[in-house]
Amino acid sequence: MARRRVYEGSVDYLQILNEKGVADKKLEPKLSPGILKTMFELMLLTRAYDDKSVKLQRQGRMGTYAPILGQEAVGAAAALALGKDDWVLPTYRETQAYIARGVPLEKLFMYWKGIEEGMNFPEGTNSFPFAIPIGTHLPHAVGIAFALKRAGRKQAMLTFVGDGGTSQGDFHESLNFAGVWQVPLVVVIVNNHWAISVPRSEQSASATLAQKGLGYGIPCIQVDGNDALAVYKAVSDALINARSGKGPTLIEAVTYRMSMHTTADDPTKYRSDKEVNEWKKRDPIERFRKYLQKKKLWTKNYEARAMERFSKQIDEAVAKMEAYKGDPHDMFKYVWSEITDNLKEQMAEMEKFYGAGKP
Amino acid sequence: MKLTMAQAINACLDQELARDRKIILLGEDVGVDGGVFRVTEGLYAKYGKERVMDTPLAESAIVGTSIGMAAMGLRPVPEIQFDGFSFMAYHQVLCHMARMRNRTRGRFTLPLVLRIPYGGGIKALEHHGEGIESLYIHLPGIVVVAPSTPYEAKGLLASALESKDPVVFLEPKKLYRAYKEEVPEERYTIPLGKARIAKEGKDISMITYGAQTPMVMEAAAELEQEGINPEVVDLRTLNPCDWDTVTESVRKTGRAVVVHEAVKTLGFASEIIARINEKAFYHLQAAPKRVTGWDTIIPLLAGEDYFFPDKSRVKAAVKETMAEK
Repeated sequence: MARRRVYEGSVDYLQILNEKGVADKKLEPKLSPGILKTMFELMLLTRAYDDKSVKLQRQGRMGTYAPILGQEAVGAAAALALGKDDWVLPTYRETQAYIARGVPLEKLFMYWKGIEEGMNFPEGTNSFPFAIPIGTHLPHAVGIAFALKRAGRKQAMLTFVGDGGTSQGDFHESLNFAGVWQVPLVVVIVNNHWAISVPRSEQSASATLAQKGLGYGIPCIQVDGNDALAVYKAVSDALINARSGKGPTLIEAVTYRMSMHTTADDPTKYRSDKEVNEWKKRDPIERFRKYLQKKKLWTKNYEARAMERFSKQIDEAVAKMEAYKGDPHDMFKYVWSEITDNLKEQMAEMEKFYGAGKP
Repeated sequence: MKLTMAQAINACLDQELARDRKIILLGEDVGVDGGVFRVTEGLYAKYGKERVMDTPLAESAIVGTSIGMAAMGLRPVPEIQFDGFSFMAYHQVLCHMARMRNRTRGRFTLPLVLRIPYGGGIKALEHHGEGIESLYIHLPGIVVVAPSTPYEAKGLLASALESKDPVVFLEPKKLYRAYKEEVPEERYTIPLGKARIAKEGKDISMITYGAQTPMVMEAAAELEQEGINPEVVDLRTLNPCDWDTVTESVRKTGRAVVVHEAVKTLGFASEIIARINEKAFYHLQAAPKRVTGWDTIIPLLAGEDYFFPDKSRVKAAVKETMAEK
């Protein structure tokens, strides 16, 4: 009889770009100017699209929206680490991942306006629609990763979940399945410190959220989620492992939700300005801008021209969203593969009352 | 070949696994053990662990991962061991399995068959015998099937495995080993969404499905001896339901008794009788009746016989309905 240690685990933290935009020379990944600028521009576009979305909601031109503000780096850098054949399933706060995959902006505006067609993503974008019930998409991601593995074509799956989502049963079941099946999956926990009004400290007693991977035999790491380079590096490494048959990885990206949970939320009820202001100093875009400037990849003019382009792109997308004429018959068309007799009858009734449209 | 329903389902899964490489069986103990009801017996040995997979013990993930697989073009067949454990996966069925086609406007569809042994009558523990069909029928986007005989089970499951829609396949536990009947060895299909007239008659329509069907057939045979000639409608697919067959039968007979073991309130009989009232009201010669489980928690095994509809209750309901002029 003896008492001995049967398991020991630890979790690394990775930051490459500090808050002043200075990169750690040893850790800095060798990325081309092209990819660095793409990363920066995607973050800029994300912030502009996000800002526009909040405004559209306030003007009554769009429905409830979940702002990304402050979390641009996580979704952008992670999605840019994907290969063409990889797949992504973000949450509603990483829709910039869809943009990275080539989903047209108008689709996203349409979705938030309450038009189902917004989730009909084009073939080839390898994007899966997000789920509103928290964490319930994670088993789908495991299943998709399973299918990719079964197909035998070195593809990987990337998904996200919030800090609140790590409390859901589906989170744990999914990591467990992913570990047992050794599927090519990368799960990024976007720890933005707040699940609506419940702080990270009340979500879990564990020191990091990354360490939850240890319990499922899954390699894990915590990264600075406002550092696009750290996110990109960690996700890239994890994707390489996934594609080469080394199984899943869990990454905790520590960031902060600078804005509301959704446009229906008032964060002043539950958190202090002081806390929010502290996080302002760690802004992911500001930091990356400084980094690019040091690398002589940024000028005021360059950013102004990019913003001009994005503003035009956004306006065009909004115009498409507003021009879209939905058809109320569609609600009957996609329930089953065929419209049943029962539904035909109800569709006729709908037509009788609302055939001329509703005000 | 004479087979029990469990053997007929096994034979179907065997044939379908051989026919379509996209089919994958997964669930708790479905592999080496062949399933707690032995429905997947022998398939692990024949098709290997890549196609017949034992999973960790978590119903939500079994269904949730199947959703991801199906969206990517595989055809997973997840098994939940007992109906009472299907609730841990219910949010996956309700929130995602039923809605993916609609949510994505047909971009992603989920051709999966969720097999759930349902209903009581096998003297098992609590949560091992629940009449759960209404919970699934209530979800637009899901095809709900409840076979009533070994022959029916094989043909309906083969169709489910070709369906473009997600199917909840409710297998009546009570009938798994109740009796054997002749089941063709070759592959055949029975279309989903079509009811069958299990026995033709003219005096009254006895409408049922799944586990109660053989009992209702016996009751009908006995009633015939007593001078009443009932028609028995076996619904087969509960959603989308074949309302035309129900309506036609009731228009012909003018009377209806609906039988199921699920609780009475909002049991499927409520919907069936509402449809009869909408479509065949002026053909009715008597108020429709329903014979169902009581609106109680289903008793543990010592008391379960007092819960389920049986021949005595069914025959009495038919006679009462016939007595109305």
